[in-house]
Amino acid sequence: MAIAVEKRFNSASELLKYIEELKAKREKKLQKPSVYVCVGTGCTASGSRKVYAKFVEVIKARGLDIQIEKIDDDDEPVKRTGCCGLCSLGPLVKIMPSGITYSHVTVNDVEEIVEKTLLKGEAIERLLLTDPISDKKVERLEDATFFKNQTFYIMEAIGTSECESIEDYMARGGYSSLAKALSMDRKEIIEQVKASGLRGRGGGGFPTGLKWEAAYNSKGDIKYVVCNADEGDPGAFMNRTLLERDPHSVLEGMIIAAYAIGAQKGYAYIRAEYPIAVEMFNKAIEDAKEYGLLGENILGTDFSFELYVKEGAGAFVCGEETALLASIEGKRGVPRPRPPFPAQAGLWGKPTLINNVESYANVPKILRDGVENYRKRGVEKSPGTKMFSVTGPLKLTGIIEIQFGTTLRYILDNICGGTSNGQKIKAIQIGGPSGACLPEELFDLPLDYDTLRSVGAMVGSGGIVAITEDRCMVEVARFFLDFTKRESCGKCVPCREGTTQAYNILEKFTQGKATYEDLETLEYVSEIVRTASLCGLGKTAPNPIISTLKYFRQEYIDHIEGKCPSGMCTAFQKYVIIPEKCKSCSLCARSCPNGAISGERGKPYVIDQEKCIKCGLCVTKCKFGAIELVS
Amino acid sequence: MVGGVVDVTRTFDKVEQILEKYGHRKEMLIKILLEVQKEYRHIPREVVNYIGVALGIPPAKIYGVATFYAQFSLKPKGEYTILVCDGTACHMEGSMNLIKAIEEEVGIKPGEVTQDLKFSLDKVGCLGACALAPAMVINGEVYGHLNAEKVKEILRNLKERKAE
Repeated sequence: MAIAVEKRFNSASELLKYIEELKAKREKKLQKPSVYVCVGTGCTASGSRKVYAKFVEVIKARGLDIQIEKIDDDDEPVKRTGCCGLCSLGPLVKIMPSGITYSHVTVNDVEEIVEKTLLKGEAIERLLLTDPISDKKVERLEDATFFKNQTFYIMEAIGTSECESIEDYMARGGYSSLAKALSMDRKEIIEQVKASGLRGRGGGGFPTGLKWEAAYNSKGDIKYVVCNADEGDPGAFMNRTLLERDPHSVLEGMIIAAYAIGAQKGYAYIRAEYPIAVEMFNKAIEDAKEYGLLGENILGTDFSFELYVKEGAGAFVCGEETALLASIEGKRGVPRPRPPFPAQAGLWGKPTLINNVESYANVPKILRDGVENYRKRGVEKSPGTKMFSVTGPLKLTGIIEIQFGTTLRYILDNICGGTSNGQKIKAIQIGGPSGACLPEELFDLPLDYDTLRSVGAMVGSGGIVAITEDRCMVEVARFFLDFTKRESCGKCVPCREGTTQAYNILEKFTQGKATYEDLETLEYVSEIVRTASLCGLGKTAPNPIISTLKYFRQEYIDHIEGKCPSGMCTAFQKYVIIPEKCKSCSLCARSCPNGAISGERGKPYVIDQEKCIKCGLCVTKCKFGAIELVS
Repeated sequence: MVGGVVDVTRTFDKVEQILEKYGHRKEMLIKILLEVQKEYRHIPREVVNYIGVALGIPPAKIYGVATFYAQFSLKPKGEYTILVCDGTACHMEGSMNLIKAIEEEVGIKPGEVTQDLKFSLDKVGCLGACALAPAMVINGEVYGHLNAEKVKEILRNLKERKAE
């Protein structure tokens, strides 16, 4: 505890002075030879922690001859850094001061990197990243088009942010906005957030400032601040990335929010599926407490704020704010009708402010840069930047940050480098299960809350999935409905029964059993679910159906007419024996589990399509390659 | 613990420790159940009743919570819990092939557990490892860029490890 007392700031000026010291130190640090290894979930899964350990081991073993000058005792030459977004190329390693960055690094490369790059500053050609757009090797991340064409604002210090270090965050100016906020009038902070035009990054796009104002105006002896980090959308992981790479930016935003609305207690609700994010945020809380940035009498003022992490337990509906609050209280995560809104009656009936991870991370930037500068990015009605996770068969995938108003085509071509399998992209699925599938003719629309809404889509939490021509849009819709039907909490009938019925109809389509009447029923059911459901999950659940019916209707009709144009729905495929190749050896007939193959000596065998269960076993048994799959 | 039979005395000692850790607070129920799940790889019936009495919550309410969230199971899970991601990116990249491969290798479908309680398989929503699609998690460790062959190899290695 002695350290805690020593570290504690008793005033804003003490903090600001320390930040200046750390800033200078960081400048110096980046000039020293050092290795930054990404420890985000993506790179960890690719083995980055083993690479990290190997670097520590190699450098330690070589000891003096490396002669890496330490700036102070806790400055290690090998550092753990947060995700830079290029998860598909992990593990990523950045060497300073040259900034040379390597992808797909393995334990076996470590000795060579230390020898050549760290000590001599030479680049190792084979480990460099190939820029898919220029098709050239690039030494530094900053030179790759993937990074050059993004707008980094919430994500900063790419490849050199030390995600687990509060000192590194402060060295980048972190917590200076908190110091500023504590000297401001509460109303004034709310006015600034309102004027910034910040909209909820969780998907709905509701103006954040208005939520703050409502929570401020609510009367109550106890108020809560909650961070919604229950990122359940399949295909989206930017909240996780942000929590893993810069947990303190989210934390600082939450503390400022608590001060502004007058809250004493807060919760960060993080999915249990994100163990690294939970661990890093817990560490961030402990570190902030030690410096007196959280807890009692923050920065020597009379403002006190306690913050806890609450783990989710795997229920998508908990991303809905009223369900999330029920879950924090330890109950089933079932939504309830609004009003009253959480700002009036939230946790345990007390006024509660609830915002998304990324929304909170924007707040310190607004106070730091001022409203006018903040609004320079993005468009009039959707200012600022947005993180998206881009996945699918693209050359580069991962987390990106762009200004609102950027087009989908720009992301696909100029950031991700186009498709990796030579196929054309026929659709973009944006916004997860509540989002929509957009066809190619809409790729030039600017990405912002209102434009997307006008075409029936939604920013959602920010997942973008590229879908190429060899994928079936009806199957995509079926996939999402399978998800929402399972995740429907079951409280209201339209959502519980409607999603199930819609799913059953979609399954008929993918199995080749649908009729034109089913198409009509599907539209009818979708409309009911959309209008009559209680919460956001149900209201948006039919979006994947409605959008695919609108933009890819022909594919539904093709399925009724007996074919799946992409060839993805196996029900439309059949196994046939090519007569010329068949030697009538009877091996296939003997191995068929359903007795669907018959024939006699000297004549080619045939498959009875009625009996065939499409297991494909005969293909593996045939020694002459005489059986093939046709659609 | 064999075949899902729970040693009752040991259970309650451990559960008491978990309850103690969270100060017997009702609002910590989910966290308490998460820890119970971690300890026993399922939520044993006896434990539900015990927690109910200890926290003053009707067992029916606890069952309500335990059956609502995907992380909890009333049936024992395997020593190796395999979670195959079936999020959008993984689904498009062929997560169903992974599930098929697992079925071929250890003979279980999603929601099932092997008879020797070594492996259990579940299909989950997004794991957030989309850039590594298709992906799966075994006891917290993420495996990415998979195909049927790689999955079988990983399982074979785990089988050998248990034999040691």
